Amino acid sequence: METIILFAPLLGALLCGFGWKIMGEYAAQWVATFFLFIACILSWIIFLTFDPFAHQGGSYSVQVLTWIESGTLVTDWAVRMDRLTAIMLVVITTVSALVHLYSFGYMAHDENFDDEKESYRPRFFAYLSFFTFAMLMLVTADNLIQMFFGWEGVGLASYLLIGFYFRKPSANAAAIKAFVVNRVGDFGFALGIFAIYMVFDTVNFGEIFAAVPDKADETISFLWAEWNAIEVICFLLFIGAMGKSAQFILHTWLPDAMEGPTPVSALIHAATMVTAGVFLVCRMSPLMEFADSTQNFIVYVGALTAFFAATVGLVQNDIKRVIAYSTCSQLGYMFVAAGVGVYSVAMFHLFTHAFFKAMLFLGAGSVIHGMHHEQDMRNYGGLRHKMPKTFWAMMIGTLAITGVGIPLTHFGFAGFLSKDAVIESAYAGGTDASALAFWALVIAALFTSFYSWRLIFMTFFGEPRGDKHTHDHAHESPMVMVAPLGVLALGAIFAGMIWYKPFFGDEAKVDDWFGMAEYHGEEHATLPGAAHAAEGDAKDDHGEKAEAAPPGQGAIYREDKNHVLHDAHYVPTWVRLSPFIAMLLGFLTAFQFYIRRPDLPGKLAENQAILHQFLLNKWYVDEIYDFLFVNPAKWLGRFLWKKGDGAVIDGFLNGIAMGVVPFFTKLAGRAQSGYIFTYAFAMVLGILVFVTWMTLSGGQ
Amino acid sequence: MLLDNLISIVTFIPLIGAAILALFLRGDDEAAQNNAKWVALAATTASFLASLFLLAGFDASNTGFQFVEEGTWILGLSYKMGVDGISVLFVMLTTFLMPITILACWDVKHRVKEYMIAFLVLETLMLGVFCALDLVLFYLFFEAGLIPMFLIIGIWGGKERIYASFKFFLYTFFGSVLMLVAMVAMYVDAQTTDITALLNHNFGSDTVTVMGVQILGGMQTLLWLAFFASFAVKMPMWPVHTWLPDAHVQAPTAGSVVLAAILLKMGGYGFLRFSLPMFPVASDIMANFVLWLSAIAIVYTSLVALMQEDMKKLIAYSSVAHMGFVTAGIFAANQQGVDGAIFQMISHGFISGALFLCVGVIYDRMHTREIDAYGGLVNRMPAYAAVFMLFTMANVGLPGTSGFVGEFLTLVGMFQANTWVAAVAATGVILSAAYALWLYRRVVMGDLIKESLKSITDMTARERSIFAPLIVMTILLGVYPSLVTDIISPSVSALLGGYDTAVAEFATQNAVAENGGH
Repeated sequence: METIILFAPLLGALLCGFGWKIMGEYAAQWVATFFLFIACILSWIIFLTFDPFAHQGGSYSVQVLTWIESGTLVTDWAVRMDRLTAIMLVVITTVSALVHLYSFGYMAHDENFDDEKESYRPRFFAYLSFFTFAMLMLVTADNLIQMFFGWEGVGLASYLLIGFYFRKPSANAAAIKAFVVNRVGDFGFALGIFAIYMVFDTVNFGEIFAAVPDKADETISFLWAEWNAIEVICFLLFIGAMGKSAQFILHTWLPDAMEGPTPVSALIHAATMVTAGVFLVCRMSPLMEFADSTQNFIVYVGALTAFFAATVGLVQNDIKRVIAYSTCSQLGYMFVAAGVGVYSVAMFHLFTHAFFKAMLFLGAGSVIHGMHHEQDMRNYGGLRHKMPKTFWAMMIGTLAITGVGIPLTHFGFAGFLSKDAVIESAYAGGTDASALAFWALVIAALFTSFYSWRLIFMTFFGEPRGDKHTHDHAHESPMVMVAPLGVLALGAIFAGMIWYKPFFGDEAKVDDWFGMAEYHGEEHATLPGAAHAAEGDAKDDHGEKAEAAPPGQGAIYREDKNHVLHDAHYVPTWVRLSPFIAMLLGFLTAFQFYIRRPDLPGKLAENQAILHQFLLNKWYVDEIYDFLFVNPAKWLGRFLWKKGDGAVIDGFLNGIAMGVVPFFTKLAGRAQSGYIFTYAFAMVLGILVFVTWMTLSGGQ
Repeated sequence: MLLDNLISIVTFIPLIGAAILALFLRGDDEAAQNNAKWVALAATTASFLASLFLLAGFDASNTGFQFVEEGTWILGLSYKMGVDGISVLFVMLTTFLMPITILACWDVKHRVKEYMIAFLVLETLMLGVFCALDLVLFYLFFEAGLIPMFLIIGIWGGKERIYASFKFFLYTFFGSVLMLVAMVAMYVDAQTTDITALLNHNFGSDTVTVMGVQILGGMQTLLWLAFFASFAVKMPMWPVHTWLPDAHVQAPTAGSVVLAAILLKMGGYGFLRFSLPMFPVASDIMANFVLWLSAIAIVYTSLVALMQEDMKKLIAYSSVAHMGFVTAGIFAANQQGVDGAIFQMISHGFISGALFLCVGVIYDRMHTREIDAYGGLVNRMPAYAAVFMLFTMANVGLPGTSGFVGEFLTLVGMFQANTWVAAVAATGVILSAAYALWLYRRVVMGDLIKESLKSITDMTARERSIFAPLIVMTILLGVYPSLVTDIISPSVSALLGGYDTAVAEFATQNAVAENGGH
């Protein structure tokens, strides 16, 4: 069943991409969609029935084929199934299946292509299915190299889909930028894998995790110094995560990625691919727990990104870019949770975010579709009458992302539960980093609320602005686009309340769900000696806190001294209320600015021109990069080519050769090149025939 | 009985084809041209089929030489051929690619017979290099290989072909002269030219003083340097790489394919056959030097590739960068490094060959290699765009293609040898993505605006059939690399076993000597 989930999308992609000429465009699209729905249904079955305690160590692997083998470096194509994988499976296949369905409507007509002559739809569906396959490879990998395959595979799919409108120069530029910036992250990821192999002599997750406690104090010399091995490894892996999950300084590709068709933005750049970095950190939790400095670094980066992206989101006018920065910001939240050591909460936010963010994107796509590919919110207004279903979908998405719920209870939209869990965890983190992160996240929550409501007000309320003709023809999207919104709406409303306990309940509950508990039973069966020791510990420590499982038991790992999850349930009331208050403030400000006094935003922008420009230009990060990296690289390339290769090397070596080349050239030129070559040719051939004859006859 | 001479059969079938063409084919009309092409195709295909028997009969667990043939030859020299796990796949690579190469020059109109003869002779010589087990024989094949390539560039090349062909010839020839001197010295020292015997011979590693300079590793280091001069030019390594871009730009498409896919591998093969096993102490002493040259090569040439305006030059520079991974992998001198280096050479054979063919496809139509002359080809050439995309991705080392396995394994090897070098070299994966995708964007993506391109046609059936085997190999080796590693690993680990022992012995000797001195 696991392998069917994995390969159904690949089969769909191949059949759709190569077979559409035979079966026709429309059938090909259905084939791809059909295979995804199969994968989706099977994923839900696995998710709901998966019992970690039925398997040794809370996980199991299905080997498919050997892959790279060299010395002790041995990797397989395999499927590793545990709770983390199961969560990711439903997220990926559900959103992907819905996006496939939605794309029937969205891609029905596209002004970038000639409908008569060009078959762009099968290509689009094949790419989507291929992406799903690569993403599944990433999450089901049982070793780091297969994960790297998925990691780069989703990068390729992202590149192809961002550049889907290949005639648009901006789309091509964005595609390359996404790939290259991701490669910067991959550079770190790859070095991390090399370091892991050097320290652990394996790249298999199970073997690495089991060996972690022994290696905790080991050092390796990396570049200029000796470091703690696990710190180096975690830091390098996190660089990879920063690239893929668009964290600050490696985030620049994500807003540009909005050049792709909107369903792509929903699937890849909101719900799945960009969360791969968070998944990586959670997957490597047994190592992360031993790398305190890196964890702090993760918290800082996550908090900074959450704050930075939210500020930029305040002033953007392109509807998709607002949501893109919002995604960037929410990913920061997830990293903060992972950084303080509450991996289950990071996964919780990842899980709920997938639903409401995919929904916001698909809703935005529906608006764009209805408004004839207009994306500037300044040209929207009053659309709630024209597209009521889309309006309600977007409302639900907004209620979810801003975190609406009943304070101090577990009753609210998905984002209310998961985001508050993140913020409470940050407060309970107990380090300087987490204290800073707490405030950054609360402020970011205020901004989130502001820009989300700003989006709603500018789009659906007020007077229609912009081109009148477009507004006259604005229409609600077809059923095939609205239905997926309905399904996602269910997730955005209920996902938080249903799965609150397993992700952010008490420790025993969470341990149970992720397969970390019942350590003793396992031990009795396998290692009698160790079990005695464990029982001895249990006697000292009996009480409400569950016994911590060793690394590699279950899907995630929590160090013995890590009580953040426990403490997060006992934070002061004002902390628990803070995100709600921030949300209210944001809403009220947006209401004041865009409903009651629509002239205010313009005035404020004039008064604070410098700040406004700073935010509008995204903190000038792109400009700084051009100045620091892109232009110097080009200059250096040209310099090395013309001066290095041309003047120095060729000049020097040719000089040594005493101008031999020009001399021969002249000679050859004078002697009517044709003849001289004929002679040379005959001569060489003669010698060869002679040598061969001698060889064959003499050899006997 | 036939199997006893299998290596000779594989090696000399192309030469027989060449002889048939030279002796029996007359005239230069269209029929004669077609005959020449068909004979060449038949000879190269026959050689490939024969080599399949070689592969089938090859026993990977045996790390010695197999299919060995031995006999006396002229002037008291001996003729000895054979393959081991390190060389057998280079033989396969050569025989696999040559029929494709012949198909790639199907549209040549100028002196077709001679063109075919040149390629057939070249194939025999290249196969000879990989199979020769006698020093003199190796040198003959190695050197003689220059001549047909020199002619291919010089006669069928572009406008600047004379300059490029002489540059190619002189660069490589200069390195080889030093190698010849070293070979004479080896003969004097070991009293044999038999490579299997030389592999077991211990060349002196006591420090010697030449012209007042103390040379650690003594004779081994001197010999190593002489061989290095030759192989480094062949690879080519930075900073003796500048002949390659010029040669590629001027060479005809098929010439570029052979040059990039096979001829460049001779350097890497030489390092593995001679430098590492015969001069282990010297290799160990010089390892960091080579690692750094390789790391510089990767970054330097990748940056230069970024700014190229000529497609072939860009791919040529990218080849130099990829060969940097090979040399670094070899001199990392561990299992992953050497496995990866061999894998990278095989894989680069398919990928770079395919990329030059990709350039050839549009060069045949538009007669220009200027990147600026293209743009928006995807609009009229979707199949071409897909193929070019695949090989672009393989070139940047995307997992799932063969390009990844070689790059990744060599980097794993490098990291264990020297983390600085690995970190610098790994930036190559960022830069390669930049130059390769930028090239792709400028040539294939965008709207089709240029008037001259409005009637360009997609690939023909012949062109598709050329790419098909390359596509299959690139993906097959990317998904199931054990096809290669199962064959090479035992031989590589035997090689490294001997290498490590020799290096360890030298270290103890040195320690003893130093203790004695104080």
